[in-house]
Amino acid sequence: MTTASPEKVDRGVRQDLTPEEITVADTPWVTVVWNDPVNLMSYVTFVFQKHFGYGKKKAEKLMIEVHEDGRSVVSSGSREEMERDVQAMHEYGLWATLSKAE
Amino acid sequence: MTSGFVRHRRSKQAIATFTVFEADLLRSLAAQLVELLHNESAIVAVERDPLEAMLDFSGPTTEPDDPVLRRLFPSAYRDDDESAGEFRRFTEGQLRDGKSRAAGTIIDVLEEAGLPPEPTGEDLMIDVELDQEHAMTWMRSLTDLRLALGTRLEVAEGDEDYWYSLPDDDPRGQAHHIYEWLGFLQETLVLAVK
Repeated sequence: MTTASPEKVDRGVRQDLTPEEITVADTPWVTVVWNDPVNLMSYVTFVFQKHFGYGKKKAEKLMIEVHEDGRSVVSSGSREEMERDVQAMHEYGLWATLSKAE
Repeated sequence: MTSGFVRHRRSKQAIATFTVFEADLLRSLAAQLVELLHNESAIVAVERDPLEAMLDFSGPTTEPDDPVLRRLFPSAYRDDDESAGEFRRFTEGQLRDGKSRAAGTIIDVLEEAGLPPEPTGEDLMIDVELDQEHAMTWMRSLTDLRLALGTRLEVAEGDEDYWYSLPDDDPRGQAHHIYEWLGFLQETLVLAVK
C-alpha cells in the first residue's frame, strides 16, 4: 500500500492563492546543511559554489552560517529536488537533511 | 614531505609530488575505506538490469551501526524515520558504490604514477597529476577519509590543544597527525582547483 506525497495532491487544486502563498506552495521543502567538526571551510564553500552554482559571496555566507549557527538552509524547492540536493551533499561528505520549509 | 597540490600553469592540472611513504600511506587509507564500505552489507550494484534493480528490496532502511558509516551515510530526514528509511533504501547503495569507486581512483592514480605494490626504496618520488574530474574525485574521497578518521578519533571543534598535548608515541596523536595532513592536502587541492 502506498500514498502519494501530499504536495503532488495539493498542487494546482486551489485557484485563490495570493502570490506569496503560491511561492510557498511551490517551494515547500528545504535542504539544511549541518555543522561538523571535520569539513574544511574552504571545501564547504567550494561545494556550495560547485553544486548550487552560487557566487563566492553567497557560498561563503552560507558556509559561515553553518559554522556559526550550526546549520543553514542552502536550497529550497520540491521534495524531489531537495532529495537530490541532499544526496549530492552526502556524496560530497557534507551532513545534510531535508525538511518542510517553516 | 609533500608541499601539497598546486595548479600547473599550462596544463591547468592539479599536481603534487609525494614521497613513496606518503603515497603508500594514502593508498592504505583508501584501501581501508574501500574495505569498510563493503563490510556492512548494502546493495552495491548500480550498473545492472533496471528491472532486476527495481525488484531488489534489500537496500538498507536503517542507519548503519558503525559510527563512521553513520557519518558517511547520514539520515536525510531528522524526525521522520519512515521517509529516512525510504531515502536510504534508494540511495545508500549508490552512495556507497560511489565512495568506494572514488577511493579506488586514489589507489589507481597512485599506482599509475609509479607507486610499487610493496615499496622498498625510500628515495622514490610519486608525481600525481589530476585533471578536473579526477581532482573532484580525490577531493570527495579525501573528505571521506577525513570523516572516517575524524569520527574514529572523535575530533571536536577547537580540540587542537588536546591533540598537541599527547606524547609523540601516542597512537591516537599519530593518527591525528595523519588526519591533519589529509586536511592540508585537501586544502591545497581545493585551492588548486578553484
